[in-house]
Amino acid sequence: MSAGEEVIGVAPVAAPAPRPVRLSPLVATLLTAAGLLALWLAASSFGWVSPVFLPHPAKVLAAVGRLVGAGYVDGTLFEHAAASLGRVFSALAFSILVAVPVGLAIATSPVGRGILDPLVEFIRPLPPLAYLPLIIIWFGIGEGSKVLVIALAMLAPIAISTAAGVRSASESQVNAARSFGAGRLAVLLHVQLPSAIPSILTGIRIALGAGWSTLVAAELVAASRGLGFMIQSAAQFLVTDIVIVGIFVISALAFAFEALLRLVERLFVRWSGHH
Amino acid sequence: MTELRLTNVSLSYAHRQGFGALTTTRVLQRVSLALAPGEFVAVIGRSGSGKTSLLNLAAGFVAPSEGRVERGGRPISGPGADRAVVFQDDALYPWLSARDNVAFPLRLAGVGRDERRARAAELLRQVGLVAETDRAIWELSGGQRQRVGIARALAAKPDFLLLDEPLGALDAMTRERMQELLLAVWQTSGTGVLLITHSVEEALFLGTRVVVLAPDPGRIVADRHFDFSRRYLAGEPARALKAAPEFIAAREALIAAIHADEAMTA
Repeated sequence: MSAGEEVIGVAPVAAPAPRPVRLSPLVATLLTAAGLLALWLAASSFGWVSPVFLPHPAKVLAAVGRLVGAGYVDGTLFEHAAASLGRVFSALAFSILVAVPVGLAIATSPVGRGILDPLVEFIRPLPPLAYLPLIIIWFGIGEGSKVLVIALAMLAPIAISTAAGVRSASESQVNAARSFGAGRLAVLLHVQLPSAIPSILTGIRIALGAGWSTLVAAELVAASRGLGFMIQSAAQFLVTDIVIVGIFVISALAFAFEALLRLVERLFVRWSGHH
Repeated sequence: MTELRLTNVSLSYAHRQGFGALTTTRVLQRVSLALAPGEFVAVIGRSGSGKTSLLNLAAGFVAPSEGRVERGGRPISGPGADRAVVFQDDALYPWLSARDNVAFPLRLAGVGRDERRARAAELLRQVGLVAETDRAIWELSGGQRQRVGIARALAAKPDFLLLDEPLGALDAMTRERMQELLLAVWQTSGTGVLLITHSVEEALFLGTRVVVLAPDPGRIVADRHFDFSRRYLAGEPARALKAAPEFIAAREALIAAIHADEAMTA
């Protein structure tokens, strides 16, 4: 106990007001999840909805066990998840390699902006299911087409956030480098690109969201593995528990990578938001 | 070392309001100014008198619309490491530590890692930062940041330091300490200095020469020499100097020069 607390203990000036019960965000989240689970339990236990629409949670849990062990449509849960992860991250690597230079060009060169900005704005609002047939006609039904469909959904957010990040370098930061003898390339590498990193990370987070939501569409095309493929196969035979497991696994994977990226931001770009 | 010379320099910006006609604004009109090596020139003037434009011309960030900017008879075509700039908004790189910010010009110059780290630490010590060497920029105070900015400018071993209101955003106490630091740095490095400032007292205390600009369009209306900075470096206390009758008289004369054209139109 510190000296200050002792003084208050000896001579209380006024009785402290009773503390209002505060709900922390974490408790609110847990309560919401518990409430939804309880609602689900009640709905299937009391027969409010048909098990075809909403199987009992225990049945879904059992489906997880089945998926991990025996698997479904020729693959275990791990194999399906690995196939999907492989596609999403191949697409991410591809779109970072393409979209970061595109964003740099848009932000630093008027001609680059003239050429690339309309293309990015053309791709950005397109729903993946709209360009999926064209990709199949052009590139066939191989693995490359699936990755490309996902990558196309990821390009625009990364390119736009890169361009915005480059513009966040102040004129004096750029001029300082120039006054120390930096040419355009050195300014780009040493000033504009580093100041764009927080924005690029945000763009990657948005892109991963877009990538996961495009996954099921991409795996419509002649896939034999993958979470999206697993969900569609199960849906055709009304195996609702597998569909639900697939949804939860996609959501959990997306959440895990979102958390990982936020950790990366906290560890490596602590400077952003401080200057 | 050769002088940095601006001869009959004019600077105009073209701009368009909405869909209106293209208009040009003349920010500097036939300004001539030679900055000798080792000289400390302070430039003061009201807002819009083209102080920062003058510095941008000297730095090579902008090219003059008319006239010449040259060193040793050779025209200046862009920024160069012989003229290092310190900015009001510090312009440091927050993703680098204080040391790596100072080492930045050395890195551009191709100096090896160990040598540039050692030299950066030494420069930081010169501006009074030792414990802060490996701190992040966002952990430093405004005054400490400007010290890093000054150390970074010195790292380039420039012939001229171009200071664009570097103390403008600091509180009064910090500002006085930084003025004394600037004089110490000027004395040890032997560089020429071009200081842009809003503060008449600061210009008078620091400059061996004070140049007064008047606006619309920016032009030189006064150019005088003073020895207060040399007297400070010879040992006279700063506060006593700033309270001396001759300092106050000079300050009032400069203020009158700054507002001379205003009085006529008012």
